[in-house]
Amino acid sequence: MKSIDKSNSIRKGSAPPHTGSIAFKFVTYLCAALTIFALASIVIYIFVQGIPNFFFYDESGALHFKSSLFDLKYTTDNVSMFHAILNTVYMTALALLISVPLGVFGGIYLAEYAKPDSKLVKVVRVTSETLAGLPSIIYGLFGMLFFVNAIGWGFSLLAGAFTLAIMVLPVILRQTEESLLSVPRSYREGSLALGAGKLRTTMRIVLPVATPGILAAVLLSIGRIVGETAALIYTSGIVAKVCVSPLDSGRTLAVHLYQLQQEGLHLGEAFAVAVVLLIVVVIMNAVSSKAAKKLSSKG
Amino acid sequence: MRGIFLFSACVCIIAVAMICIFLFANGIPFFRKFSLWSFLTGQQWSPLREIFGIMPMIIGSFYITIGAVLLASPIGILTAVFMTYFSNEGINRFMKPSVALLAGIPSVVYGFFGMMLLVPLTKDLLNLSSGKCVLVASVLLAIMVLPTIIQTSAAALSAVPSNYYEGSLALGATHEYSVLHVMIPAARPGILSGVVLGIGRAIGETTAVIMVAGNQARMPQGITKGIRTLTVNIMMEMGYAADVHRDSLIATGVVLFVIVLCINSIFSYINRRRVIQ
Repeated sequence: MKSIDKSNSIRKGSAPPHTGSIAFKFVTYLCAALTIFALASIVIYIFVQGIPNFFFYDESGALHFKSSLFDLKYTTDNVSMFHAILNTVYMTALALLISVPLGVFGGIYLAEYAKPDSKLVKVVRVTSETLAGLPSIIYGLFGMLFFVNAIGWGFSLLAGAFTLAIMVLPVILRQTEESLLSVPRSYREGSLALGAGKLRTTMRIVLPVATPGILAAVLLSIGRIVGETAALIYTSGIVAKVCVSPLDSGRTLAVHLYQLQQEGLHLGEAFAVAVVLLIVVVIMNAVSSKAAKKLSSKG
Repeated sequence: MRGIFLFSACVCIIAVAMICIFLFANGIPFFRKFSLWSFLTGQQWSPLREIFGIMPMIIGSFYITIGAVLLASPIGILTAVFMTYFSNEGINRFMKPSVALLAGIPSVVYGFFGMMLLVPLTKDLLNLSSGKCVLVASVLLAIMVLPTIIQTSAAALSAVPSNYYEGSLALGATHEYSVLHVMIPAARPGILSGVVLGIGRAIGETTAVIMVAGNQARMPQGITKGIRTLTVNIMMEMGYAADVHRDSLIATGVVLFVIVLCINSIFSYINRRRVIQ
């Protein structure tokens, strides 16, 4: 990324190293170490405190997996998180089903069809920046006022999914646009020269090349959807059961964790939920950066 | 097909318009009964007696946001400096995913971590009656905005032309001196926009703050005392609020919305000036 030679051979053999320089260098090392320390303490603390909650000892002292954590039905005895896992999958699928086509098609328009400096492109850019900067509680408030009350879906997965879809839309839109713009012009020219139309060129030639970048954005969006609480409590609600129809109300994993800590009775189970959430996010991040790398190696 | 593409691109515009319309339309009825001025400057919040003043929450929001950004900015900027000028490929292969992971951890997990570890720790260390206070909220928010500041600053730093650096070396400056006095000043607008973005993040954070800030609706009384922010006010009371109380919470949302829009426009103003330069 950077072509600066850090070895700084000039200094060798000349004046002794400057004290201020050493101090500055030391401070930057310290700050980087602090950043890593913050991350490590969170991850290690959650895992160390959380993982033992997946196991229990029976009377004879043998270690068992606590499968009641994944019982189908939630009761205050088993404090199962299975319903929340199913609801999270359901919610993620619904939200992506809405936001991915809109984001990808919108990105295609911005990158392939619109004139680069047209007024529309500018307005879309400003509004998508605005959306990206809004706090999730504002989305929650809007979702409650619009999808829950005005449209009348009530507290439901559908209301939550639409709210989250708007929330992740700017990420997918911008990333799609950028990935498409990074595809070399010659690909398009080659396809057009062979007689393919504009639409065919876009869908068959340009879009596949840009797919890893779009995928990276989608995976990051999944991370956000799975971790979201403030936007969901007043849209999809906090009912602890498996949703069957999209109009049912149910809690996702993050909301489940939030509710457990509020009740304060099952903190061990809450730690277990935190572990699952963290694992999901780590996986999403890892796959996402791999996908992004694939795009840049092609470009 | 072109029509579908065009429509999809316009969904962002429609969404922003709808959010504005619905927030303001539902917020305005409240201001028919109560004056905007007394709502914004009132120091007391007691919904049962129909006294609605959100001054404590406005100050509370700014309080912990300023605390968080004061903590996170130096650490974040210097971490970015480290990653750009002092690190090597091998370390960065570890640093970059770490920062991305820090950005990806859900706020509810941050909040839970703060509640279970930082709150009791602060209580014992400082001998407080409760560890839920401004200090813990600021520290936790600082960790949360750290990746935003690091990523933006690192991008700004690596966008500075390398001949600035070479020029400085040619004049006899050390590597560190060149970075501190030439590269960082040259990247200042970009770094600043990262800080502003961090402020926007911090002021809008809800779930993590609600778990560690104590949430008392009163004027701030020092950094070891509890506090309530605008976001928390909405999240906590929306569940049971009715009538005027509910309207007052939506009005709180409108105030928060306007504050965030202001911060975001400062951000895009800085960015635009940077592009022109």
